[in-house]
Amino acid sequence: MEAQHVDVRNLCVTVRRPDGSDLRIVDEVSFTIARGEVLALIGESGSGKTTIALALMGYARSGAVISGDITVGDATLGGNGKASLAAQRGHRITYVAQSAAAAFNPSRRVIEQVIEPALIHGTATAAEARAHAVALFEALALPDPATIGSRYPHELSGGQLQRLMAAMALITRPDLVIFDEPTTALDVTTQVEVLQAFRKVVREQGATGVYVSHDLAVVAQMADQILVLNRGTVRERNAVRAVLETPADDYTKTLLAAARPVIKAAAPITAVGKPLLSIEGINAGYGPVDRNGRAAHPVLTDVSLQIGRGAAVGVIGESGSGKSTVARVVAGLLAPTAGTVSLDGQPLAASLKGRTREELRRIQIVFQNADVALNPAHSVGEILGRVLRFYHGTSGAALNSRVAELLDLIKLPAAIADRRCDELSGGQKQRVNLARALAAQPDVILCDEVTSALDTVVREAILELLAELRRDLGVAYLFISHDIATVKALCDEIVVLYKGTRVESGLRDTYAAPPFHPYTDLLISSVPELRTDWLSGVGSQGKVPFAHLPESADLCRFLPRCPVAIAGRCDVSLPPLRTMAAGNAVLCHRTEAELAGEFA
Amino acid sequence: MSGASPVSRWRGPARLVAKRTGLALVTLVLVSAVIFTISGLLPGDAAQEVLGQGATPEQFAALRHEMGLDRPAVVRYFEWLRGIAIGDPGQSLVANKPVADIISERLPNTLILAGLTTLFSVPIAFLVGIASAVTRGQATDRALNIMTLAMVALPEFLVATIAVLVFSVKLLWLPSITIVPQDPTLGEFLRAYAMPVMVLGVGVIAQLGRMIRAAIIAELDRPYVEMARLKGVSPRRLIFRHVLPNAVGPIVNSMALSLSYLFGGAIIVETIFSYPGLASLMVNAVTSRDMPLLQACAMVFCATYLLLVLIADTVAILANPRLRQG
Amino acid sequence: MSVAGIIRGARRLPLSGKIGLALVIFWIIVAVIGPFIAPYPPGSFANEEVFAGSSRQFWLGSDFLGRDVLSRLLSGARFTVGLSVVAVAIAASIGTGFALTAAVGPRWVDELLSRAMDTLISIPSKIFALVLVAAFGSSLVLLTLIIAITYVPGNFRIARSLAVGLARLDYVEVARARGEGRLHLALVEVLPNMIKPLFADIGLRFVFIVLLLSGLSFLGLGLQPPDADLGSLVRENTSGLAEGALAIIAPAVAIASLTVGVNLLIDAATQGKAH
Ligand SMILES: Nc1ncnc2c1ncn2[C@@H]1O[C@H](COP(=O)(O)OP(=O)(O)OP(=O)(O)O)[C@@H](O)[C@H]1O
Ligand code: SF4
Ligand SMILES: [Mg+2]
Repeated sequence: MEAQHVDVRNLCVTVRRPDGSDLRIVDEVSFTIARGEVLALIGESGSGKTTIALALMGYARSGAVISGDITVGDATLGGNGKASLAAQRGHRITYVAQSAAAAFNPSRRVIEQVIEPALIHGTATAAEARAHAVALFEALALPDPATIGSRYPHELSGGQLQRLMAAMALITRPDLVIFDEPTTALDVTTQVEVLQAFRKVVREQGATGVYVSHDLAVVAQMADQILVLNRGTVRERNAVRAVLETPADDYTKTLLAAARPVIKAAAPITAVGKPLLSIEGINAGYGPVDRNGRAAHPVLTDVSLQIGRGAAVGVIGESGSGKSTVARVVAGLLAPTAGTVSLDGQPLAASLKGRTREELRRIQIVFQNADVALNPAHSVGEILGRVLRFYHGTSGAALNSRVAELLDLIKLPAAIADRRCDELSGGQKQRVNLARALAAQPDVILCDEVTSALDTVVREAILELLAELRRDLGVAYLFISHDIATVKALCDEIVVLYKGTRVESGLRDTYAAPPFHPYTDLLISSVPELRTDWLSGVGSQGKVPFAHLPESADLCRFLPRCPVAIAGRCDVSLPPLRTMAAGNAVLCHRTEAELAGEFA
Repeated sequence: MSGASPVSRWRGPARLVAKRTGLALVTLVLVSAVIFTISGLLPGDAAQEVLGQGATPEQFAALRHEMGLDRPAVVRYFEWLRGIAIGDPGQSLVANKPVADIISERLPNTLILAGLTTLFSVPIAFLVGIASAVTRGQATDRALNIMTLAMVALPEFLVATIAVLVFSVKLLWLPSITIVPQDPTLGEFLRAYAMPVMVLGVGVIAQLGRMIRAAIIAELDRPYVEMARLKGVSPRRLIFRHVLPNAVGPIVNSMALSLSYLFGGAIIVETIFSYPGLASLMVNAVTSRDMPLLQACAMVFCATYLLLVLIADTVAILANPRLRQG
Repeated sequence: MSVAGIIRGARRLPLSGKIGLALVIFWIIVAVIGPFIAPYPPGSFANEEVFAGSSRQFWLGSDFLGRDVLSRLLSGARFTVGLSVVAVAIAASIGTGFALTAAVGPRWVDELLSRAMDTLISIPSKIFALVLVAAFGSSLVLLTLIIAITYVPGNFRIARSLAVGLARLDYVEVARARGEGRLHLALVEVLPNMIKPLFADIGLRFVFIVLLLSGLSFLGLGLQPPDADLGSLVRENTSGLAEGALAIIAPAVAIASLTVGVNLLIDAATQGKAH
């Protein structure tokens, strides 16, 4: 067997804490990678994945110090001149960053940036580099490969930028390519295309790869070997299949369990009588409203849904589909331009001003990012106390004991009441965030991406808590997420939003098998599965008949991306809402038989 | 987008610049209203002022009529504004000359002083700002930081006093007042201006240098800079090719602020060195309560400020592809 | 913040910050007790000699009329520090008050206020102050108000961008959705998180105010005799410049030590917070 391409021994990375003491963020990490193999570094946030990846280029973020031995080919960490890792940066070792949107220089054309490494390191002339870049764009399935490079970063989508960044990493024909969470910032449907493109070019290039990710299912598609990290130390190193099928380490087992969410809720609560909360024909948007009652930036078109008492309804869609706008309309933060929100059959005023305090109390909202959802100037006790005083007039000793009760409910120690929020961990903050909503004793809580910013293991715990609270307190949820697995784990009913229209709604079980709306189908089939052959099995989207058409409000919104659009129908009129035999409603020109047949 | 023709590519930024220009003009008119209200309407009656307490009501009424004070304020304002717009802001109450003449006598002096100071201080400010930013947190940066921090806070008359004591009184190198002889040689010219330029430069270098540092550092913290480093880009190329083009907006903005300071802010320096510029003219107008002159000076300074900011905005728009495409 | 916390914070300042802090404390003390410890009444012609140098009797020598420079400095410092503190307090209260109103109020209020302040900010502050002085004169109270008003737009601009940014954050949205009134949003949710960054702005504005006030007095347009601030002292003694008299250098250095001190302190304090 040939000598290892990458050899890392006793790698330590140390940073100085504000109080002056040293902290090892990477602790005695050793591993090797054979030439042409792809090693995945996997772990939760803060586990040191990025730090290790950067150390392979002899690079440490400011204030961090690398020690240990790293050899990549004939270059070493401590080597001089050409033989040092630093000299290989951008030449024989290249990097694809997490957010391409931020990693491209906004004021330079993309092509200049893509070919820059080749010019700096003198691996090609400008003309050769340009030609090579165009060939790479083509291989990466980018549209208009010959001209796409003359655009500026802001003129390109996140998925395109991510592929352009891969071209930049490959332009010098490197031996080692480091991918740092290259698809984390992308929508799940875009992720598939990017992953497929990456896998193809890396294989063609025959380069060795390091693939950093927190997502086991993604890693299963891309890597040969997996290195599991936790708090800067190695927990397990093995071939992908072995890690997935027979994990040796307990921590790996926890990660695996968290990656396969199990359904939390008991059997769906049968809706009796009229719904608790109902949304009818909502249109809403941002910016000034014109004479015809349309907002300058319309977001939602004719969205309706119902939530029964104690029910959990999930709203799912890609970023920008208007999920949060639904929550803002229900909460009264944004007045809809058409349609009504009713609580127990009583229509609510469109905006906050017109709602009574009691109505406001019964609907509470919880935001995604607990870091900005809790006021850092106040203690946990003050935050919860304010809600109790405001809605219930609680004060004095009763207030303190009620705060303690709430903290107990969300499984935090009572002593935390005196702490400021910026002293809490992400999971603790999200619990306090929930407790604030619970303090109002609401009938329904609007949860906007409440688990999205959390690591998988913490996410599991919060979902568990949400399910428990629902069982014990009978509170209903409108649960918003971009992740269909999370929604399925908690909700009895799911609504799919695409560009502000409700394209499908139905009970959870109807999402287990077709017929689906074509977008729902794309969404479900794009979620990576924990098996190594998943990516190869996903049908590439290939022929989309109307890809050239702009999106239109007078046609099916999904038309420009729909692989099964019907000429003469879909490009002519709005689709009808059809109810399937299983009870799910689908907004599509295709009939139930067609939808079931196409994808069966 | 990429396929746009050369003409349509400039339509976006042209529209944006036209919009900014319109906005600047509106602001200038609002500013003129503020200045006219404060200096022309609120302080009471100018005729009273001229005549003093002893005048008879007839004299008083006659003068009021002559000065046009008996007409409604709005009419007076628009007449004044029209005068400003066509370059005739009226008659100086004290010098008995047209205000326009007085100002046009002084304006070249102010322009020369401002121009020389710009030539002297802007390159140094760039040097200070860039040196500070690339050595962030290290000894050079810390020393420069403390230095500029102190320079920003020094009163100009202290800097001027020390300069006079050192260069005129002790070393006898430079004159303590700025008199430019007729048809000066280059040496005479530079000697005459050395001291005011130096004193004004202290503030500009410090202020602008700090802002350039801040603008560069804000860019250095962005992810594309780390990416460029990981591509193997050299430090020099990183600053000049990657960072500075993105920092153009804030930097030209700071330059506009600093240059506008050289116009109206030179008050103390002009006074100390007995330099006949516009700022000391305005101080004289305040002392002698010569309102037409005062108003005209104030308008010149405000218009200069708005013009500089407009130029800076335009440069920023042209430098930023996102704005450039409107 | 507790007293112990402040002391702990002060200990952690870098050397430049400690020097700044010492200078600031020194000038606060001088402003409070200065006139009581002055060796001579500030107006008395204590020395026969004009522009005398330093001596045991007259530490900072005598001025152009033979008055004791130290005594005049001690009483002048009170005017400079006192007037500037009051002016900056007024400017910050008005500017920040408007900023909060703009941030939580209806849109048109924000637009109106921002438009008005944008207009005022395009009149350079020295020019604005001169126009106001020409129109209204410069009695002690008027001067304070004029200087305060001159710096309202600058404070408003900073405070508004802070407040508008904060008012968009989720925790303010949550409070809004709860049904809280505007006053609560402004004072309880937004204001407490503005204090730290605003503190730096207020410190800088204090420095500008001291410089503007001294400049005006230096030009004879500021404080009028018999009152004299540090800038007036420099003006009175300009005839001593050619001989390098202490009477002109001492008050100028005094102003510089105050402004530089504040600047050093703010810089050190805000840098500490960044980590
Ligand atoms: N230069 C630095 N100074 C101080 N702390 C650092 C530095 N670089 C990284 N850290 C800390 O080290 C830990 C590991 O960082 P790293 O970014 O490598 O983790 P990661 O697994 O990639 O996280 P994520 O998934 O969030 O990107 C984190 O707690 C991070 O805050
Ligand atoms: S209506 Fe037509 S375009 Fe839209 S999803 Fe159905 S088949 Fe596709
Ligand atoms: Mg990372």
